[in-house]
Amino acid sequence: MHKVIEVSGVRKAYGKTVAVEEASFEVRQGEIFGLIGPNGAGKTTTMECIEGIRKPDRGTIAVLGLDPFRQVYKLQERIGVQLQQAQLQKRIKVWEAVDLWATLYGKKAVDAERLLDQLGLTDKRGAWFMNLSGGQKQRLFIALALINDPEVVFLDELTTGLDPQARHTIWDLVRSIRERGKTVFLTTHLMEEAERLCDRVAIMEHGRIIDIDTPDGLIRRHCPERTVVLVQDKESGGDHFEKIPQVESVTRDGLRFTIRGRGDDLVTEVIHCLSENQIRVTDFRTIFPNLEDVFLKLTGRSIRE
Amino acid sequence: MMLRGLWKLTWIELKVFMREPLGAFGTIGVPVLIFVALGHFTNLRIGPSSPVAGGLPPGNVPILVALLIAISAVLSLVTIISIYREGGILKRLRATPLRPQTILSAHVIVKLLLTAATLALMFLAGKRYFPPGAHVPWVSFTIALLISTWSILSVGFVIASIVPTARFAQPVGAVILYPMIAICGLFVPLSNLPPVLRAVAQVLPLTYAVRLLEGIWAGDGWLAHLGDVAALTVLFLVFTAISAKVFRWE
Repeated sequence: MHKVIEVSGVRKAYGKTVAVEEASFEVRQGEIFGLIGPNGAGKTTTMECIEGIRKPDRGTIAVLGLDPFRQVYKLQERIGVQLQQAQLQKRIKVWEAVDLWATLYGKKAVDAERLLDQLGLTDKRGAWFMNLSGGQKQRLFIALALINDPEVVFLDELTTGLDPQARHTIWDLVRSIRERGKTVFLTTHLMEEAERLCDRVAIMEHGRIIDIDTPDGLIRRHCPERTVVLVQDKESGGDHFEKIPQVESVTRDGLRFTIRGRGDDLVTEVIHCLSENQIRVTDFRTIFPNLEDVFLKLTGRSIRE
Repeated sequence: MMLRGLWKLTWIELKVFMREPLGAFGTIGVPVLIFVALGHFTNLRIGPSSPVAGGLPPGNVPILVALLIAISAVLSLVTIISIYREGGILKRLRATPLRPQTILSAHVIVKLLLTAATLALMFLAGKRYFPPGAHVPWVSFTIALLISTWSILSVGFVIASIVPTARFAQPVGAVILYPMIAICGLFVPLSNLPPVLRAVAQVLPLTYAVRLLEGIWAGDGWLAHLGDVAALTVLFLVFTAISAKVFRWE
């Protein structure tokens, strides 16, 4: 598949603090690629090097075949950027910001009014920036990132500080960006966001990329543990579940069984076992590991710490 | 394309500034009020050729107020730049095809426009202090003040670079800028200053601004002050070069 971003051996330090120790990865056309990790892992610095805002100390970066630092103006025509913790002028109106941004690009901008409509900002077009809610501000920043019809869109911690409902709205918007054929590169420290949104993720910690894969692939490789919790409708005696080869432990609490094992086959095998022994259940749940568990496994610490 | 961006950004910055509750009043209103108050209490006849009568030489009142206008424009610039930097606004604007110099030029133009507007108001408000028939070279004086402000604004960018946070922008800027008035030759002739202060005064745009403004107010032609205009231009270039080195965008 065509590569839109190629990062190789990038290092960036601020004085004695090394923000990015070593970052190498590729982003493919049309995917949502997430750089995930805790705050301070070096995600934003990596992203800003790719956007041409910072110059890496070492390493090479190519975005759409351009050198982001040397050809920054050429690049900026073709990318859309949302920065972490950026603000606009307090008293700039929504339509003024969009109108200003539309004049900054050489090529013809997209229809600003339609864009505001798609982002649900039409009734806020005359509002001052300072009076917008957090979600509305982020939607405005998405509008500004899309105004030049970019090929790659960069989103840095887009939903940090938003309530769950606003977050879901933003996720839908990001998916719709991909559906327009654009590539999305985002950073987040929210594992749920990465899991729901990203086609592929790179996990970053202490300035290093420690693994890259699809969220599913990461979970499969690093956390093969599966858990089935079921409640039988009556005492069946016996120890059917222990006999399943994939099972590692069974704990029992009255009629409730918690079955732990590894591999994707575990769930199927438990179902087989139930039907062979004609056991009826009133509840059946599977618990899958998620990216948080992957992170814990890879780094030995929780991402929330 | 870039000119269109500059024009649009300037227009928006102007509108945004006028929407500030105290922005317009602080920058335009205060210097005019000071002028009216000074004019009133000193009971001045401040025509260009009026006789010197005790305290502040009356001919200096318009010069002093003009300097205050310039300095309040610079202070306002320092404050806005530091607020924009702290809020990430400068960084956000820089992540567009806008050139850095375009972003800063928009602010310079806004300040110059406001300076001209303030001066116009000052002339209107001060009309009754001018003796009837006195020739007030208001066009030349306005141009002289714009050149001066333009030059002093370059010092503003250097100050904006060293101000740690937006909270300190106004006080730090004031502490640096207002003492400059004391040594720029308006109250005390340069030759009466201690050598150190005289040396400092010689690299401050204010010194040349005062000479230029005094001369133009007194009815001098531009030819007599080409040196001052040249000095203001050179200092502008020097301070702009310094701020290009030390300016922080975030």
